[in-house]
Amino acid sequence: MERDQQYVLRSVEERGVRLIHLWFTDVLGKLKSVAITPAELEAAFDEGVQFDGSSIDGFSRVHESDVLARPDATSFELLPWATRDEPSARMFCDIQNLDETPFDGDPRQVLRRNLNEARADRYSFFAAPEVEFFYFASGDPSLGKPQPLDSASYFDLTTADVSSNLRKRTIHMLEAMGIPVEYSFHEDSPSQHEIDLRYTEALDVADNIMTLRLVVKKIAMESGTYASFMPKPLNGVQGSGMHVHLSLFSGDANVFHDGSDAYGLSETGRQFTAGVLHHAREITAVTNQLVNSYKRLSEKSEAPPYIAWARNNRSALVRVPVRRRGKPSSARIEYRSPDPACNPYLAFSLVLSAGLRGISEGYELPAETSANLHDLSHHERAAMGIEPLPRSLDEALDVMEGSELVRDSLGDHIFEWFLRNKRSEWSQYQSTVTPFELERYLPTW
Amino acid sequence: MKALLVFPDPVPPELAQTLDIGGWAWKAAADVTAARADEPADGWVGAIVMAGPDLEPALRFCRSVHNGEVDVRSLLLLINGGHLQSLDPHHDLFDDFCLHPFHPQELEIRLKHLFRRSGHTDDVELIEYGPLAMNLETYQAAIDARPLDLTYMEYELLKFLALHPGKVFTRETLLNRVWGYDYYGGARTVDVHVRRLRSKLGEEHANLIQTVRSVGYSFGRSRWG
Repeated sequence: MERDQQYVLRSVEERGVRLIHLWFTDVLGKLKSVAITPAELEAAFDEGVQFDGSSIDGFSRVHESDVLARPDATSFELLPWATRDEPSARMFCDIQNLDETPFDGDPRQVLRRNLNEARADRYSFFAAPEVEFFYFASGDPSLGKPQPLDSASYFDLTTADVSSNLRKRTIHMLEAMGIPVEYSFHEDSPSQHEIDLRYTEALDVADNIMTLRLVVKKIAMESGTYASFMPKPLNGVQGSGMHVHLSLFSGDANVFHDGSDAYGLSETGRQFTAGVLHHAREITAVTNQLVNSYKRLSEKSEAPPYIAWARNNRSALVRVPVRRRGKPSSARIEYRSPDPACNPYLAFSLVLSAGLRGISEGYELPAETSANLHDLSHHERAAMGIEPLPRSLDEALDVMEGSELVRDSLGDHIFEWFLRNKRSEWSQYQSTVTPFELERYLPTW
Repeated sequence: MKALLVFPDPVPPELAQTLDIGGWAWKAAADVTAARADEPADGWVGAIVMAGPDLEPALRFCRSVHNGEVDVRSLLLLINGGHLQSLDPHHDLFDDFCLHPFHPQELEIRLKHLFRRSGHTDDVELIEYGPLAMNLETYQAAIDARPLDLTYMEYELLKFLALHPGKVFTRETLLNRVWGYDYYGGARTVDVHVRRLRSKLGEEHANLIQTVRSVGYSFGRSRWG
């Protein structure tokens, strides 16, 4: 038995933990959990916990439906919301086939595989997400349009701000779970908030995003409200994105940094950025996986539908933040299209694969775009060689389907399942008559 | 404070790490003269002698210990498999031996068996520092009597720091000693864990771990300083 497993067994005993929740993520990015008692814990470490995966999204296979959950002892964490008399804990799991090989449908292992490939080139991949979300009075769509809890705006400090109080409690709980928060504030839209996590290695970040989504929802629910990570829940106000700051390290050196460059960006950093831009259209179906995601991407604000980069241009897909002098370690790029309803394991896998492809193929970074791309006409943008991201899930899936990079990065199983699942989501949407159509056409035709 | 005498100097990293994680205080010596000069006020707990590809220098050191040139009661010899056949004539020079490359857990059990039984050492099973208490036997930590919910690596990092109050460690040292020499992550991993530990210690006690600008981190203040 490994030391970290002994640590878990002993902690469970000492703290009187009654239930251990084994967490994993389905292909769509929903958190799943199977709970075991302390008596089963040792066997869970030795042999894994066998369960039927056929009803988990993306886990079904033709021949075998059973899989093994192998708890990752280093992720053992007491749950701060458990009661004092009934402490419980969680561990993230890797999913295996019964012969103990990695299960192709497990997004966490897909990211682990991609990180290991990067590691073979001596790279470790760090990320820091900025997660936006809304608080609403209810999450029940039959009650009509979602009702925000306040009408405050960006950075507003309000006295009777219910939602800011919720955010504060959320942050305390995240900190108690070892998820350090860098900033948090009231965003532009009513009841919209942003929590920025500190950089960590991408696998931890993805685990942390899964935990964050649960904690945010849980605390809202306890106070009778509803938190939503839907990318565009309200008409007329900005939607929720998840900008991610990315950097590559080799040992302790940030390989994106070059102090002598005008942008502070090394050749490797430029190539990585070029890779991300070059493959952006292919990976968008995963970074923006809902029909609704594309309503956020079509608005003229913080959501960048154009494939370009700049230092200070909020209409560009990639931003290269201007840094204070003497901070080589904070060299990074910000990828601005993803939304908080994505599967973070798969999204990070693809962004990393795209960037690394840029490095291995020596892609050239196009010139910086300083114009506001929203103000240009279609022809002007085309003349500058600036392409838009896919405008709908349908288009994004078409582009993804032809991408060998996405297939390699996700593996055949997830690649094919994702396309099937999302095609069917699109066709359901396509055949649905929307309120827009009724309002617009019924009175006239 | 008592310490283990370890030969040779420098100590191979995997041995240093096992000793650190096990919570042993130790000092390295390149020869008998150094071992005598560095003897702690309370004496040596025992000695670990690790042979290189050539067994002879290690045996020479063992012989000096055996002859009483250094005051050490028990001695553990680490050898590689190729030395096994030449070991028998020298069995009086050591109290136990272990094959190298060793399994850290095996070595730790042998160390406990040999040196704790000899009554030479205070078991480092409780660390108390101001409001912080750590029980190394049960893996539990508490601050102001409030249990701390730590992950395994957070626990190991806090234990390592708390075993060496006042001492400044670079990120590289912490990475090597706590995570291990084969860990590929870079020193930012250390920053991330320190930040997590501070958030779990709570605002009031976050400053138990201090950032030493452009050097690394230290815990509390030295007992001697």
